[in-house]
Amino acid sequence: MSEDAKNTMEAQTAPATQQPKPTAEPAKTQPSMPGLIVSSSPHFHTHDTVESIMRWVIIALLPACLAGIYFFGLGALRVLAICTVASLAFEYLSAKAMGKSNELKDGSAAVTGLLLGMNLPSSTPWWICVIGCFMAIVVGKMIYGGLGCNPFNPALVGRVALLLAFPVVMTTWPMPRVPQCLANDAPIVATTSATPAQSDDPADAALMPTTTATPLKYSKLARTNKTAATLLEDCTPANQKPFINYWQMFLGIGKGGSLGETCGLALLIGGVLLVMLNIVRWQIPVFYLATMTIITGIAWIAAPESYANPVFHLLSGGVLLGAFFMATDMVTTPLSRTGAIVFGIGCGILTACIRLWGSYPEGVSFSILIMNAFTPLIDRFTAGKPFGMPKKKGIAMPKA
Amino acid sequence: MSKFFHFYGGVHPNESKISSGVPIAEPPLYPLYTVPLSMHIGAPAKALVSVGDKVLKGQRIGEPASFVSSNIHSPTSGKIKSMGTCLGPMGNQLPCVVIESDGEDKEAEPLPPILNWRDSDPQTLRNRVAEAGIVGMGGASFPTPVKLSVPPGKMIDTLIINGVECEPCLTADHRLMLEAPKMILDGVSIVANLLQVKNVFIGIEDNKPDAIALLTKEAASYSNPEIHIAPLHVRYPQGAEKQLIYAITKRQVPSGGLPADVHCVVQNIGSSFAIAEAVIKGKPLYERVTTVTGTPLVAPGNWRFRVGTSYAEAIKLAGGLKEGAQIGKLISGGPMMGFAVYSQEIPVMKNTSGILLMSPDEIHQYTSKSCLRCGRCNDVCPMQLMPGILSVQIENERFDDAQNWHVMDCIECGCCAYTCPAGRPLVQHMRRAKAEVGAKLRAAKAAADAAKAAADAAKAAADGKNAK
Repeated sequence: MSEDAKNTMEAQTAPATQQPKPTAEPAKTQPSMPGLIVSSSPHFHTHDTVESIMRWVIIALLPACLAGIYFFGLGALRVLAICTVASLAFEYLSAKAMGKSNELKDGSAAVTGLLLGMNLPSSTPWWICVIGCFMAIVVGKMIYGGLGCNPFNPALVGRVALLLAFPVVMTTWPMPRVPQCLANDAPIVATTSATPAQSDDPADAALMPTTTATPLKYSKLARTNKTAATLLEDCTPANQKPFINYWQMFLGIGKGGSLGETCGLALLIGGVLLVMLNIVRWQIPVFYLATMTIITGIAWIAAPESYANPVFHLLSGGVLLGAFFMATDMVTTPLSRTGAIVFGIGCGILTACIRLWGSYPEGVSFSILIMNAFTPLIDRFTAGKPFGMPKKKGIAMPKA
Repeated sequence: MSKFFHFYGGVHPNESKISSGVPIAEPPLYPLYTVPLSMHIGAPAKALVSVGDKVLKGQRIGEPASFVSSNIHSPTSGKIKSMGTCLGPMGNQLPCVVIESDGEDKEAEPLPPILNWRDSDPQTLRNRVAEAGIVGMGGASFPTPVKLSVPPGKMIDTLIINGVECEPCLTADHRLMLEAPKMILDGVSIVANLLQVKNVFIGIEDNKPDAIALLTKEAASYSNPEIHIAPLHVRYPQGAEKQLIYAITKRQVPSGGLPADVHCVVQNIGSSFAIAEAVIKGKPLYERVTTVTGTPLVAPGNWRFRVGTSYAEAIKLAGGLKEGAQIGKLISGGPMMGFAVYSQEIPVMKNTSGILLMSPDEIHQYTSKSCLRCGRCNDVCPMQLMPGILSVQIENERFDDAQNWHVMDCIECGCCAYTCPAGRPLVQHMRRAKAEVGAKLRAAKAAADAAKAAADAAKAAADGKNAK
């Protein structure tokens, strides 16, 4: 059956002329009503659509976007706008090239563009944004057949491609704006941004007085560099009121990073909204963050002088953005709730390991992409035991 | 009694039971009745009349053609006008008898009432159920006498009566429970007696508190066995046999098995009522309560239709269409599992629980998109299958994979398609795979049987030779 035939099968109306004539005389000679719609049951529907889901995801992303625009100014707005428009354009062009009916209005390309933009520094040049969108939409999604067929989260494909291709640009974080009322309190790490020269990391060489490093960068330096260790100490509980410190981190005040990942509060609002609407499974963010907490907690307890504490890890970097919006992408994550738990734990383990022992300060993108690859396998092994089936969970692997 | 836990999954669509307050009414006598000879699962009944014969109301006009089949009785007195085929709700042609009413509605001699049914032996009662042509009236229309014949080696200890009516819009069972509780409870007792069971439950969803209260009150006077009313949380498809058994007894009917495998028999409310009428009054099954409902109708309600009444007459009886209203879909049954039909010239049958009209603007027409893998189908599937994965396999015609992922356990309840945001016709996919896999399994079985027969024949031949 062709794709088109399948698609329209549901929507066919039976023309009155094609009715088989009853051989017995019908009970009444009144002609049958033409145009009765015939379709397979059920005849009720929730009226939820792909469009409505994507609309809610965009709404849920807005608080974090607005926070990003507040902290990083018009640069952030520029990056978000370029990414969204470029994603829609690439989606349109690829659909054209593939001869598919373009489905721009389903909003998935806008979501991908927005997510990619949120994962970039607000200073990213426009052409890098466009390249990222090309990687996300064309390479990350459309070549697999479009929405629903991509094995990897498209926005993360775009982000990781840019991170590998333009490491300096992708790790140059503009200074966030600090609200006037808090200007006297030292922002967590921004005050130290002028002194990264001790680091031998090339990325830091690019740091200008107007740029800063992320808290994670400093926690990483703390392990490798004695001087940096003191830097970290300067800005962690020792000489600041811890509450203020973490509170600032949670709100994203004075914290360097991608434009959409800094404000934990905004991300949490959007994430909780999606969980409440049953658009994302709560199991993924909860188990992701819990696993992170446990692993970083163990490391911190074992060696508090070289590892940051779990609260610091949860509030820094892209873990909140990742846990609520990237790791919960429907298409690339397991179907079942058990699978979602496995997925969340896997992401947590990988992120924690990359952060603690990897060469990158941040591991959210990589860990989610790696777990995306495991999704079909997780689906197979967490397939529920059908009702009335004595067998254990999972579906046997097909014989080769 | 406290509320029972419900089963896994399920959905809660808008109940839309607009006709639940309308008492059951008697329709007028119609000039023509088109009585299908196949109102049940199994072989169509064999006609006992021919064109021109005079028949009386309640007279047997069709007899079972095989073990799984049923008797058919005339809904009125009159003349057999023609015999041929008519359109059935599933779009297939059914053999039928067209009866022209003589307007007298003269009744045939009823079957002798069995008033001492408490002391009758099961076989007598079972024969009566068969004589009266009773089938499951919830929708599947499986011949009741077959259901009540306990397979050898199986033990039945629980009888469950399905008063759940979990399909939205339908109210026929609800009304029947309110208007004929005594008759229903008698019917339940008869079946309990017949099966010699001690545990009897009537499952009713708690959106019908009046029915629960009334039946609880009336059931108090029934003992040996006692009849328990089991209120259940509203959840579709609670009325599905396996889900209802699980909700009430926590027993899981094994995959591919029957309720008898977990010592249960499930009967519908309407069937219980019909059984009581057949045993106590000697009245065969030729009429049933059907809900005619839908927003385009002027006066939705419940009627005791005789089989063979056309849907067009039923719609007229419900006041016809509202000013300016149109029918988008005409559905035989409820909105979740009913069949959309393309003609109003379909007769009411023994399993027509409802006739539902939907206006064009209520209809959800969609273009099927790629699976988003949102997993909602997975959450609601009461059989705990993975409809999303299955449907992708089926689209790619990987039926072996679908079989491996348990597509044959699908009960086609429609929860997955109801909830799918990508508008995928999941139930249609499942039906396709079930047909394909079923055909493959039957072919394999036939081949195995043939091989076995050939081997037996060869062995017999060899034995014969040896004997010589």
